[in-house]
Amino acid sequence: MHEWALAESIVMATLEEARKEQLKTITQVTVYIGELQQIEKEIFLFALNELAKSQKPPIKTDAFVLKTEKSTLLCKTCGKTWKYSDMKKKLNETESESIHFIPEVVFVHARCPHCGSPDFEITKGRGVVLSNIKGVR
Amino acid sequence: MEPRTSVIEKRLKHIRKIIAVASGKGGVGKSLVASSLALHLSQKGYRVGLLDLDLYGPSSHIILGVKNAFPTEEKGIIPPVVHGISFMSIVYFTEEKPSPFRGIDISNIILELLAITQWGTLDFLIIDMPPGIGDETLDVIRYMKTSEFLVVSTPSKVAMGAVGKLLTILVELKKPVLGVIENMTMTNSVYIQQEMKRLRVPYLGRIRFDDTLEEAIGNPDRLLNTPVMKDLTRLLQKINL
Repeated sequence: MHEWALAESIVMATLEEARKEQLKTITQVTVYIGELQQIEKEIFLFALNELAKSQKPPIKTDAFVLKTEKSTLLCKTCGKTWKYSDMKKKLNETESESIHFIPEVVFVHARCPHCGSPDFEITKGRGVVLSNIKGVR
Repeated sequence: MEPRTSVIEKRLKHIRKIIAVASGKGGVGKSLVASSLALHLSQKGYRVGLLDLDLYGPSSHIILGVKNAFPTEEKGIIPPVVHGISFMSIVYFTEEKPSPFRGIDISNIILELLAITQWGTLDFLIIDMPPGIGDETLDVIRYMKTSEFLVVSTPSKVAMGAVGKLLTILVELKKPVLGVIENMTMTNSVYIQQEMKRLRVPYLGRIRFDDTLEEAIGNPDRLLNTPVMKDLTRLLQKINL
């Protein structure tokens, strides 16, 4: 249930931004979930909805829209790209779970599938991102 | 928008004092001082956390002999309690493999750890810092606003060159410096003491070089009875720890 902690960060950031924008009600919050973090979508949404209750400014029921972002990993050595889903089967359960907690440990447990380099970057689909907030002023 | 920064203050809300054990130079004994400080405070009955932020070369777990421990998941992750210390380290997730992280990755890992770790109520959170004035130091200053620094040096002029730069930036940023510990001394040289006077930073004193220390590494009960711990305890009294 570390999804709860991430959901809490989304709700707090949403409220912060809504106050800055002087919103009276928050009607929609779009959140991107990066593939690497392997969030349990249902648990995450449940946590978001629970945490959104009785907030100020109020967050409308079912305001959260979750979108999954596929990952892109780019090798700095050979320049080729791939997706986390392409390499996931080569990782054991512990390695995969570690990436779920801290996505950057992908650099520890995986290598570029094309040239074997550990020097690659996550260009898309790392973790949880608050993309957009809509509301009424 | 980066959401994790919004929750960090809440995560640290019930921690009375945050002490970052830092140095401009590697190999001066930061991890030993951080681990020993955490043990010392835990022995005094305080609720203590230890966060190893040396992401390339974590070593607090080796000093404390942490084995077969892993955080539990409960609305985040709760660090396991090891020898009375709530202990968090990247090593739970890296399994002692090499960690080829770039700067942006370091900042992301720190943000993630700070956002998801549920420390609960602590009297002290000790941070074992990596050497230098890189991302980790800047992120601790940025996200852990109440942190105070305990700086470690050796008697070497080479160490002092880098330690002086760290102290200068801490003073410039108006970060509280609890003091400087001179570690692994073999003579009564006053060089570091004089340098601290020049920099107007409190000099706490010396920890003498102890060639039997290695035998206590990995064994907290033995660590508590080393000459290093005796010297450290004496220096800590000067700052009421």
